[in-house]
Amino acid sequence: MSDTTRLIIVAVGGQGNLLASSVLGEAALMSGIPFRMSEIHGMAQRGGVVESAMVFGNAQSNLISDGEADVLVGFEPLETLRAMNKCNPDTVVITNVTPLPPFTVAIGKGVYPPIDTILELIRGKVRTLISLDATALAQQAGNILAVNMVLLGALAQSGILPLNAEAIRKAIGAKTKPAFLDANLKAFDLGVQAAK
Amino acid sequence: MHKLLTDQPGARMVLLGNEAITRGALEAGVAVTAAYPGTPSSEISLNFFQMAQECDLYFEWSTNEKVALEVVAAAANCGVRSMCMMKHVGLNVAADALMTLAYVGVKAGLVVLTADDPFMFSSQNEQDNRYYGKLSGLPVLEPSSVEEAKEMVAFAFELSETLQEPVLFRTTTRINHSTAPVTLGPISPRKTKGYFKKDPMNYVTVPAVSRMLHVKLLKHDETARELSENSPYNVVTGSGKWGIVCSGVSYAYVLDALADLHIQDRVQVLRIGFSHPLPEKKVAAFLASCEKVLVAEEGEPVLEEGIRSIAQAAGLTLPIRGKGEGLFSRLYEFDPAMVRRVVAGYFNVPYTPKAPVAVNDIPPLPQRPPNLCAGCSHRATFYAVKQAAQGKDVIYPTDIGCYTLGFLPPLGMGDFLICMGGSTSTPCGFSKATDQKVVSFIGDSTFFHSGMTGLANAVFNNHNFTLIILDNGITAMTGHQPNPGVDMSLFQLSGYGRISIQEVVKALGVKHISVIKPYKVRKSIETIREALDYQGVSVVISEEMCTLFSKSLKRLKARPFMVSDKCRNHRDCVNLLGCPAFTLENDRVKIDPTICVGCAVCAQICPENAIVPLKSS
Repeated sequence: MSDTTRLIIVAVGGQGNLLASSVLGEAALMSGIPFRMSEIHGMAQRGGVVESAMVFGNAQSNLISDGEADVLVGFEPLETLRAMNKCNPDTVVITNVTPLPPFTVAIGKGVYPPIDTILELIRGKVRTLISLDATALAQQAGNILAVNMVLLGALAQSGILPLNAEAIRKAIGAKTKPAFLDANLKAFDLGVQAAK
Repeated sequence: MHKLLTDQPGARMVLLGNEAITRGALEAGVAVTAAYPGTPSSEISLNFFQMAQECDLYFEWSTNEKVALEVVAAAANCGVRSMCMMKHVGLNVAADALMTLAYVGVKAGLVVLTADDPFMFSSQNEQDNRYYGKLSGLPVLEPSSVEEAKEMVAFAFELSETLQEPVLFRTTTRINHSTAPVTLGPISPRKTKGYFKKDPMNYVTVPAVSRMLHVKLLKHDETARELSENSPYNVVTGSGKWGIVCSGVSYAYVLDALADLHIQDRVQVLRIGFSHPLPEKKVAAFLASCEKVLVAEEGEPVLEEGIRSIAQAAGLTLPIRGKGEGLFSRLYEFDPAMVRRVVAGYFNVPYTPKAPVAVNDIPPLPQRPPNLCAGCSHRATFYAVKQAAQGKDVIYPTDIGCYTLGFLPPLGMGDFLICMGGSTSTPCGFSKATDQKVVSFIGDSTFFHSGMTGLANAVFNNHNFTLIILDNGITAMTGHQPNPGVDMSLFQLSGYGRISIQEVVKALGVKHISVIKPYKVRKSIETIREALDYQGVSVVISEEMCTLFSKSLKRLKARPFMVSDKCRNHRDCVNLLGCPAFTLENDRVKIDPTICVGCAVCAQICPENAIVPLKSS
């Protein structure tokens, strides 16, 4: 397992998780780095959780077992916390801090924990936690939907993937509609800055 | 141009498993394709649908899986390479055709793809369709990776032509929905027209013919066995006195486990890709070279039983284990750590698993189940039915589609579900066996798939229930595929027919038919109440286009609503509808204007009339 890097991305349907992982796949292809990826996206459009697993390196598997993620990227803080079972003490966790409360909270089936509690719980478990307001940064970049690009920036800056920021920027160029490209690249750069 | 039509042999492309399979079939020269959508196979049919609009490949959305198989069975018997694809339970629907098609065989390659769903990510069961190979006598191929899936589907066409039999191509979700770089091959020219050469003594399966055809099938099975013996897809790697036999995605987990445990030099692996019929000699030789063998397969012990029986016939008594306590489960899907643990345990190799962080201090987190979309017409219909049925003891059989989600709180509409179309037939049993009122739900696509026969049965046998047909004008759940009720001009396509559900219901002899517009709450409740009071079969058709589809067509002009200060916090809106546009802020209900589409259903049920259009405020 030494020459592999295992990444889990969790998000709420509609947050652009699948585009983010496809950007990373494209970047890996361009960089000549072997990778495999697996997704569960059956209910993505119905507000459920979307999870992608990406394994970079020479492994054959494309699933990531409990405790075996090297890096966990969460687009929504509650979902980041829910995915902690994928982490071990050495896992790097990168999370957005802006919540998207599930409708179960509105109908009184559960309480959304305070963000500080969520971050404290995560921080107490893993070596590194990078938290940022990706939603605000996406807005700042001019596209509220670019949360995924901000988090890709933070992920690139963390240096944990065998991909450099330039390759990811190039892949964003290849995978983004021209109308959104400038905002997406700006969002990516803001993510890089925020994770410094 | 569709990316899968890219004619650049040697180019590398990142493809989803389902795209790789589609491309593999295209490279093999497939010309006639048909499907009813079903996760995890849906992207294959979607890609064929899109490509068929750009080239001479034929694709059709068939009304159900049995129809799809029959369409391609005929095409393949005219000498045209054909393929149909379905989710695992779809093959149950198509099984009647499959079993006798195996007797008849094919003249050109026919691949029947079944996408199994271990863990039931989006299915009602996790049946193991490898058994269909045994049941039908047809060969089964199982890829272990995305790249292999593309190559193997091309081989499946050749195999089908060699054997003159359809080939079952069995995938699992982790093949269909995985992604990896794939190298493109050349696209073979398609033969799109053939000729049907009459041969009734081989094609018309009356008993006298079938008795001969069964003999032919068994001969083909023998040939398949020899091909399986020599197939490069049944391959031994590594060396050592310990053996592992595996298939499908388990192969990847096994290879990683051996590397992680540093026992590659002690274990040989027999990967079975051509899994029915089993290569008996190859398996026997493998077993003879091992001291003990572990069988790693998701699902049922299909390989394990086959291998044990080969061992028995060969007089081999080595330990062969697969499913059982401390070994592999018949439940759900495998993962790399589970396989590593079982391999280490079985061969008694030291192994310390990576310890996950403790999660016992994490408080119970609010769940995030999938939900009907904001403005979904199903929510409005469920609400209206619930109001209309107040005071009655009602059983609500439901069916397969987005509306299945209506069984969750707060709607709680859905009491019984087994399969596609069951909501038109189970009410017949419920209404005979109880004195409870029965109101059942079915979507437009499911109605065409297998709901009409149940309704005919209900009319003929004079049952007593109300069927609500939720007509949202598209097959929504699987990603907006057309069905016979859909206006194909919405897709800018011409040359299609269109069937009115109302006319079908009328023609089936239903005497009490009504149509509602579910966003008109009071009127809908009144109409449904009348239908519920009718003795006999009554049908209510609830017509409103799927909000998501409407959005994708850019037809939806969202006019969001807001909660005004007239609100007295009754919370009927939240507690009775559970729309995802509602949020709570400081214990007050708010409507998220970026999610609300303005269906105005909540505005109609608010006792204070406190929900108003955002614009006018």
